[in-house]
Amino acid sequence: MNGMTGPNQHRKKLIIWIPILLIVLFFSVLFSVSVGSAEIDVITVWLVICSKLPWIGEGIDPSWKDSTETIIWNIRMPRIVLGMLVGSALATAGAIYQGVLRNPLADPFILGVSSGSALGAALVFLFGWHTLLLGKLTLPVVAFVSGLFTLFIVYVLARINHRLQMETLILAGVVVQAFISSMLSLTLALAEEKMQTIMYWMMGSLTLTDWSYNGIVLPFIIVSLIIVTFLMRELNMLGLGEEAAYHTGVSVQKVRLVLLIVASLLTGAAVSVSGTIGFVGLIIPHMIRLIFGSDYRVILPLSVIGGAIFLVGADMIARTILEPRELPIGIITAFLGAPFFGYLLRKKKTNYF
Amino acid sequence: MLTVETISKQYGENNVLRNISFKVNKGTTVGIIGPNGSGKSTLLKIISGILPSTSGFVNFEGTNIQQLKQKDLARKMAVLSQNGLEPMPISVYDTVMMGRYPHLKWYQRVGAHDVEKVQEVLYLTGINHLQDQLLDTLSGGERQRVAIAKAMVQEPEILLLDEPTTYLDIGHQLNVLELVNYWKEKTALTVVMVLHDLNLASQFCEQLILLNEGEIEKIGSSNEVIQQDILEKVYETIPEIVTHPINQAPQILLTGNLH
Repeated sequence: MNGMTGPNQHRKKLIIWIPILLIVLFFSVLFSVSVGSAEIDVITVWLVICSKLPWIGEGIDPSWKDSTETIIWNIRMPRIVLGMLVGSALATAGAIYQGVLRNPLADPFILGVSSGSALGAALVFLFGWHTLLLGKLTLPVVAFVSGLFTLFIVYVLARINHRLQMETLILAGVVVQAFISSMLSLTLALAEEKMQTIMYWMMGSLTLTDWSYNGIVLPFIIVSLIIVTFLMRELNMLGLGEEAAYHTGVSVQKVRLVLLIVASLLTGAAVSVSGTIGFVGLIIPHMIRLIFGSDYRVILPLSVIGGAIFLVGADMIARTILEPRELPIGIITAFLGAPFFGYLLRKKKTNYF
Repeated sequence: MLTVETISKQYGENNVLRNISFKVNKGTTVGIIGPNGSGKSTLLKIISGILPSTSGFVNFEGTNIQQLKQKDLARKMAVLSQNGLEPMPISVYDTVMMGRYPHLKWYQRVGAHDVEKVQEVLYLTGINHLQDQLLDTLSGGERQRVAIAKAMVQEPEILLLDEPTTYLDIGHQLNVLELVNYWKEKTALTVVMVLHDLNLASQFCEQLILLNEGEIEKIGSSNEVIQQDILEKVYETIPEIVTHPINQAPQILLTGNLH
C-alpha cells in the first residue's frame, strides 16, 4: 500500500478507509451495547436507542421496562460513548506527540500530563473532596487542571533561551514524572483504606460514568480536532527535519507549541474521566502508520476512528470476559495491543519512522 | 539584493564569526569557502535566518530577515541544508509539494496551479519517474534532487546551499551543481553556497568569499581568490595552481608534502 502514493493518494485512502472504519465502529458499538450482565435482546436494545433519537424516536412505542431503558441508555450507552471519545482522544494525542517529538516511543503520557492528573485525582480521593465545589465533576476537573499544570512545569523547565528543544522536553517530562510519582506514592502511603480506589482509578476505567462525563470531554476533543485539522501539513513537514520545515516556511517553534498544547488537552480530557488507559495512544497511531504510511493527513483522521474502535472493543471484553467481574480496561488494551503491534513490526521491517 | 552587515557570532568566549560584511548582487553565484572550523556553515545559517547572530544583521532587499514572517521569508529564500531531507516513507510527489507551503494560506488547499508547478519541476529535475516512490527508498543523490525540486517549487529569489555535494560521488556532485546552474539561468536566481571543494567552487561561482578563523580573508573572483600565497596561508599547505583546460577557471592540484 505504501508504494501507491502520488497526487491525491492520501485523499483516495481516506475515501476508502474512513467509511470502512466507521462501519467497523458502528458494529463494535452495536455489539458492545448488546452484551452485558442483564440479558436484553438486541432488538430491544436498538428500539430503546432509536427512541432517544430526534424524529425517529417519536414513532416508537415503549414496550419495555423502565429498568431496561435505564440499563441501556443511562449505563451502557454513556460508557460506550465515553470509550469512543477517550479512545479517539488518546490515539490522536499519541499520533501528535510521536510526530512533534519525532520519537516512536512517545505516547500521550510521555510529558507527565497523566501523572499530574493522577496526583490530582489521588488528592481528591485522599481528602474526600468528591462532593466539594463542583459535585461529582470535582474529580475530573481537578485531574484535568493538575495534568495541564504539570505540562506547564515541564514546558517551563525545558524552555531554554526562548527555544524548546525536543530532547530537553522529553527529559524534563521524565524528571517531573519521577518527582510526581514520589508524591503519588506518598499520597498512596497515607491513603490507607482509600488506596484501592486510587489504584483502581490509576489503572484506568470507564466504569464511573454517566452522560455528564461525556459532556465535559466532548468540547475539548472537538476543539482540539478542529485545530489539528489545520496543522496536518505542518506535522508532515516537521517529519522531514526541523531545518527543512523551517526553511520551507513553517514557524517551527509556534507550530510545535500549539500541537503540544492540543495533544495535552486531549490527553488531559481523556485522563480526567477515565484514568490512565495505557497503550491506546502508542499502538493505534503506529498501526495506522505501519499500514497506511506516514502521511499525517491519513494518520490523524484514521487514528480518531481507530482509537474509538479499539477502546470500545477493549471495554466490551473487559466487562464480559470474567462476568460478572470487571477487569481494568488497561489490562485488555495491553493484552490485545502488544502482540498485534509485535506482529506488525516483524512483518514490516522498514525504517518507518 | 542581499546585504550581510557586520555579522559577528559568539558561542560563550568563542568568536566563531567576526565582523563579516559583503553584498550579493541579483543573479550571481557566490561561494563561501574556507578550511574546517572557519565558520562557513555558521555564516550560512545566519544568512538563512535559522541562527540569530550576536551582532550585525542580514538584509534582503532592504528588510532585516529576522523581521520577516516565516512564510514571507520562505517565498524569497530556499535553503538546502547539509542534512538534506530525512529519509521518511513519504512520496517524492508529496515531498516536492511541500515546497508550495509558503504560497498557501493556512486554510488554503493545494490548487491546480500548485499541481502544475510541481509536475513541471519534477520533469525539469528529471525525477518525474520517481514521483510515486517513497523518500526512504531513494539513494543519496536522488534525495538531493528531490530536495532541489522542493526548493524550486518554492520559487525563491535566492537559494542557499550548505555543502550540497558533500555526500555525493563526482558524477552526482556535478549533476547537482549543473541543475542549480540551469535553474539559475532560467530564472535569474541568486545563489549562495558553502562549498568544501575549491575546484568546484572556482568553476561554478562568480564570486568567492574565503573565510579563515571567522573572518573574511579574501573576497573576489576565483582568479583573485584562488592564489597560491592566499591558500597557503589559510590551508597551511602549498597547492599548485593550474588553469582548467576547458573553462579557464583556476584549479588547484595537491602536490602533497607527505613524501
